[in-house]
Amino acid sequence: MSRATTPTTPPTATTASATPPAGGPRQSLSPPLLLLGVAGLGLLLLPLTALVLRTPWGRVAGLLADPAIGSALRLSLVSSLAALTLATVLGVPLALVFARYDFPGKNLLRALAVLPMVLPPVVGGVGLLLAFGRRGLVGQPLAALTGMTIPFTGVAVVLAATFVSMPFLLVTVEAGLRMLDHRYEDAAATLGAGRWTTFRRVTLPLVLPSLTAGMALCWARALGEFGATITFAGNLPGRTQTMPLAVYLELERDPEAAYLLSLILLAVSVAVLVALRDRFLTRR
Amino acid sequence: MTRAPAFRGVLGLALLLTACGTASEPEAAHSPSGAGSSREGLAGELSVFAAASLADAFEDIADAFEAAHPDVRVRANVAGSHTLARQIHEGASADVFASSSVEQMAVVEQAGNVADAPEVFAVNRLAIAVELGNPRDIGGLAGLAHPDLIVVLPAPEVPAGAYARQALDAAGVALTPASLAYDVRAALATVMLGEADAALVYASDVVAADGRVEGVDIAPEDNVTATYPIAPLAGAANPEAAQAFVAFVHGPQAQAILADHGFTSP
Repeated sequence: MSRATTPTTPPTATTASATPPAGGPRQSLSPPLLLLGVAGLGLLLLPLTALVLRTPWGRVAGLLADPAIGSALRLSLVSSLAALTLATVLGVPLALVFARYDFPGKNLLRALAVLPMVLPPVVGGVGLLLAFGRRGLVGQPLAALTGMTIPFTGVAVVLAATFVSMPFLLVTVEAGLRMLDHRYEDAAATLGAGRWTTFRRVTLPLVLPSLTAGMALCWARALGEFGATITFAGNLPGRTQTMPLAVYLELERDPEAAYLLSLILLAVSVAVLVALRDRFLTRR
Repeated sequence: MTRAPAFRGVLGLALLLTACGTASEPEAAHSPSGAGSSREGLAGELSVFAAASLADAFEDIADAFEAAHPDVRVRANVAGSHTLARQIHEGASADVFASSSVEQMAVVEQAGNVADAPEVFAVNRLAIAVELGNPRDIGGLAGLAHPDLIVVLPAPEVPAGAYARQALDAAGVALTPASLAYDVRAALATVMLGEADAALVYASDVVAADGRVEGVDIAPEDNVTATYPIAPLAGAANPEAAQAFVAFVHGPQAQAILADHGFTSP
């Protein structure tokens, strides 16, 4: 129970970020700021409240027993976690490159790398088809060599989710890396640690708060991913139909069931995030 | 009291924003009756909710309508009929609803949201969209059952998907689609992008693809007839223009446009 041993810090500060202890003496806010803050909260919470109010809770059990919903939920969890893994394995090294090296065109490349954050996901899905589809830039030679095609498969679901979610991890981790004190790494190097050891034993632990925040954002985005997935991976129940896709199509047929499904997805994501936070964040 | 000016500033900003919010409404509400220079006095914005399969035809019809009524600006909201019916139900500001299914129009009608009884203005049939030159040599619905083919159907939740099911059942064809597209244009797109070998779409969609796909006919005895009803809506902000638009869609000019886009007259 590490939580009991970290007494004085206010609970909000530990989760937000690794700000220096100077931050946050309690000072009353000016009324306009407070008012705007409350308005902001209203904007964020009202749609959710409306959704909860319109949801037929009595149907939870029946819907969860539906095999199509079960498989959509499973596929969503598996593919979003696979996307998170892929985004972490590729995104952290990329963040290091951006944070540590200077090269011509870096700013442009960096902007392009986070473009999926603002690109309409459906357009991203078309881009994925043009790159990895069976007539695509990479997809065509791949199909010719191996006979393998990516669209309409689970691999496509993971790629689509990775494409839209990795920028969130990238931005957060790079910001964390830029704030690091290089002297720790220099010290490790002078003490004889190799570059990999320094990365693993010094850099990674130091950047851990940003990394966990980035991973949480990345995973949440991957779990909710809709547009790129339905465009690139298609929609087939049991194969490529994730929860957001199931929710969208259920809206056409039975809106109340769709509200319920979206809240189930929400509950699962909150549960996972809370579990992860307890596991990783409170340790520091 | 140093805080007061800042607070007043925010209040002023808030008032300004409210003013902006209301300013656009009188424009829409007044202009039909107000200084409209067109003969019938029609003016302002007209919000038309049209089924996805009508997208291109209604773009041309909107242009023709605007040419006849220069003070009217038609804003088309194009989506699946189910989605549109739900948006209307949830209070979206719409003047006209053109549906690709009688059922979805009935949903809107039963909720008391139409101003006049819906009337059918167009008929559509299904067709098989294949790649140019028909490289997989698909001859009809029966040809789709080949296990090597990548076939995309519209999802059964949308009207086109329900029609596709009907047609396949009528032809006695059982197939496993690679994907169930969320609307008929999305199914068409998979063939246009070369990712699917065939998709079941409307005949009008093959025309809309503008030479980027080829259409294979479905035997008439297996094919289905999709009827498109249109109605002015009860909550219309611009009811005169809504009536005029619906009449226009039934008229010869719009019917000719619809025929150009692969629809037939009822």
